[in-house]
Amino acid sequence: MKATFTRSQPVQPMLSRVADSLYWMSRYMERAENISRILDVNLQYMLDLPRREQTNPKMLWGPVLRSTGDEGDFNKEYPKTDSSTVLDFLVLSRDNPNSIVNCVNRARENARHVREQISDEMWEEINRFYLSLKGLSQSQIKRMGAHEFSNRVREASHLFQGITDATMPHGEGWEFIQAGKYIERADKTTRIVDANLDVFAPGQSKRSNRAGDALKLAAILKSCSAHTAYRRIYVADIEPEKVVEFLVLGATFPRSIRFCAEALHCALRRISGSSGERFSNDSEKLAGQLDAELHFSSIEDVLSPGLHASMDAIQTKLNQIDESIYATYIFYDPEEASVTPAEEETGILQRFKAMQGLKASEKIGAVARKKPAKKVARKKAATKSGAKKSVTRKRTTKSNK
Amino acid sequence: MGLFENYHPEDFFDEMFAEDGKVRPHYKEIYQRLRQMEVKEFDRRREAIDTAFMRQGITFTVYSDEQGTERIFPFDLIPRIIPADEWAHIEAGLTQRIIAINMYLYDLYHGQKIVNDGVVPAEYALKSAHFRQEFMHIDVPKDIYVHICGTDLVRDKDGTIYVLEDNARCPSGVSYLLENRAAMKRAFPNVFERIGVRPVDHYCEELLSVLQYIAPASQPNPNVVVLTPGIYNSAYFEHSFIARQMGVPIVEGRDLVVQDKFVYMRTTRGLQRVDSIYRRIDDDFLDPEVFRKDSVLGVPGIVEAYRAGNVSLANSIGTGACDDKAIYAYVPAMIKYYLGEEPILPNVPTYMARDKEQRSYILDNLKDLVVKPVNESGGYGMLVGPKSTKKEIAEFKRRIQRNPRNYIAQPTLSLSRSPSYCEDCFEGRHIDLRPYILNGKEITIVPGGLTRVALRKGSLVVNSSQGGGSKDTWVLYDK
Repeated sequence: MKATFTRSQPVQPMLSRVADSLYWMSRYMERAENISRILDVNLQYMLDLPRREQTNPKMLWGPVLRSTGDEGDFNKEYPKTDSSTVLDFLVLSRDNPNSIVNCVNRARENARHVREQISDEMWEEINRFYLSLKGLSQSQIKRMGAHEFSNRVREASHLFQGITDATMPHGEGWEFIQAGKYIERADKTTRIVDANLDVFAPGQSKRSNRAGDALKLAAILKSCSAHTAYRRIYVADIEPEKVVEFLVLGATFPRSIRFCAEALHCALRRISGSSGERFSNDSEKLAGQLDAELHFSSIEDVLSPGLHASMDAIQTKLNQIDESIYATYIFYDPEEASVTPAEEETGILQRFKAMQGLKASEKIGAVARKKPAKKVARKKAATKSGAKKSVTRKRTTKSNK
Repeated sequence: MGLFENYHPEDFFDEMFAEDGKVRPHYKEIYQRLRQMEVKEFDRRREAIDTAFMRQGITFTVYSDEQGTERIFPFDLIPRIIPADEWAHIEAGLTQRIIAINMYLYDLYHGQKIVNDGVVPAEYALKSAHFRQEFMHIDVPKDIYVHICGTDLVRDKDGTIYVLEDNARCPSGVSYLLENRAAMKRAFPNVFERIGVRPVDHYCEELLSVLQYIAPASQPNPNVVVLTPGIYNSAYFEHSFIARQMGVPIVEGRDLVVQDKFVYMRTTRGLQRVDSIYRRIDDDFLDPEVFRKDSVLGVPGIVEAYRAGNVSLANSIGTGACDDKAIYAYVPAMIKYYLGEEPILPNVPTYMARDKEQRSYILDNLKDLVVKPVNESGGYGMLVGPKSTKKEIAEFKRRIQRNPRNYIAQPTLSLSRSPSYCEDCFEGRHIDLRPYILNGKEITIVPGGLTRVALRKGSLVVNSSQGGGSKDTWVLYDK
């Protein structure tokens, strides 16, 4: 694996743990945002719903809980399903590892691990967001309005991502942040689609409520910040199939699964530095495959195996990509790892190797290993000349300018 | 109403006011400025700084609850000022001291001449809890043991500056020194140039050059890292701060692997060799193969790599053998022994409970003395005689008699005070000073240090874990 970046200065390779923290910092921030979006679908929908239809909260909130993937945990913790318990579970719960509060805590913990890698502005924003959520209560959220609250979460996430783009060098660390952001976003978009199968694939469910479905579709688009963008392409016509096409295959909409898969693939390519022709590791291979698949699919291809099955397959692939990123960059076996000093491509190192009479292909470690004889000699000399001499060496105090 | 309205230096050495009540010359400018300031205005600046510290996460962790609450280290806006000539005296004394301490460690881990000559008793030198038998006759890079030393100084009632203790293992606090200065520059942007305050911002550059200097000679472009126990350590902010300022990676034990006696870090591009480590993990936790087996913070094999000369550590291993409270008492003797000089900065007079005569003096005068256990730090396990109950004194009497070697005693110093902000006005509070000494190709001390202040009324304990705060320390240019 040879990097092909052109660098005028040696670049420190990134610690695996740091890459991991940046990736997860980004994922958790994006996750917090997406949970607020998922929550918002229903909040928006409820606003438009005539009062008398709000009778079955379980039917209303069931899909939301399913889309977060934590429905089982919810049922264990809470005796009944209504907007209060769901809000508590998705926003405030300490026991739900994916509640917004926990996501932000973890994003910040990860940021704290890598404070020397991120800009001060990024740290201050994530810290500010964390402090603003500390001690937050359900009644406070209700006072400001749950919709307003979910807006704030979204804004904080956007602000953080914007600050990241504007203040952090777009090097390897930034690419890991992008990878984390897009893999998380792709995953959550599949879940939003999956949670609303009743409106997207009405053929597969028995109920039919055209008016209600139209409201729901509009709410989904709004919660994905997609309402305006969708209209620009499909005009006012909000059809389930078109909404699915837009959210899954939209080429330029930054929350569509296809867009995210492409961005993820590109970030992984820039991390490895390999050209677009072939892949150099598993994470790249899998991301490339998903990217290509979505590029060369029509909406019929997505719908024909069943929308749920398609979303499920994409989620599985995203999980595999996540695992292979971990295996490639984060937790590899040191026994099998290559010793690759970053400066290998720089002139200084080659000159140094030439000085030491080493071939360019030999590793730095070899330099030190070749020298033990000399080292022993130096030590002996030190013992011979006696302790006193080296001990009494005085140093001068440096005066400060 | 002015902030100094009801200020009384009382019966203490006051850093700002002389005995006749006049402002000391080096405080004149700042006094004028503060005197004219409204309480409200001062409060506004103080709050702005506290908010900034919180926002920037300049905090330490308190382990009183499960979640580990983060707190800011209280910061007092009134600077502590040291005139040029006094600083020159302190600097010379500290330089002399670090040279002697370093020679002592070299000697202790080689011929032990000073012990054989009866200057330092073997029972203290060799039985110190931090003495590392494993390092006997091992040569460390450039023969330097203590690269970073934090030496605590206090001023007594008559104005004399004493050395209270040396911290030669992993002294902390330097990030507060640097952040305090940054905060003061924001709060009082115009004062610095007019008063002529010497800068401190080069500390991390100097530290980096020490770490590069001690790196194995085979590495022309050494890779330096900061090794931290992790983000749950109370000083994590500092570790990360120093790494950022030096522009080097901060690593945890799990980021490092040792192969064939070389240390590598795991990077996204494979393993990369590490040459010089500023480690903020105590000896005990550094290497589970050599020291504590249960350590999960450390790096198995790192001590072997260090012995082989393939990686450098700062500070070296076993430096705690020179900074316990018993060895402290012998530093003046070391200075005479190795350098043939008189100590420039005196020790606080110290009575050793192991000595029969001194012990009976200690036992008779407990109510006037400060008693310290030899192997504790952070102000724990102490007896402050004048502030203790009869019961506590009796308890210490028993402890000393049971294990005299473990105790030393010192007279209660009347620590100097400095005006400090205490809700709406200034009051005198006790302070100390911890300068940071860097020992590499040269010895460098950034002017001043961290001034810690005991913010609780009447308290003498300045440790952050026990209600202490800090001040910016200004060393003035020679006029």
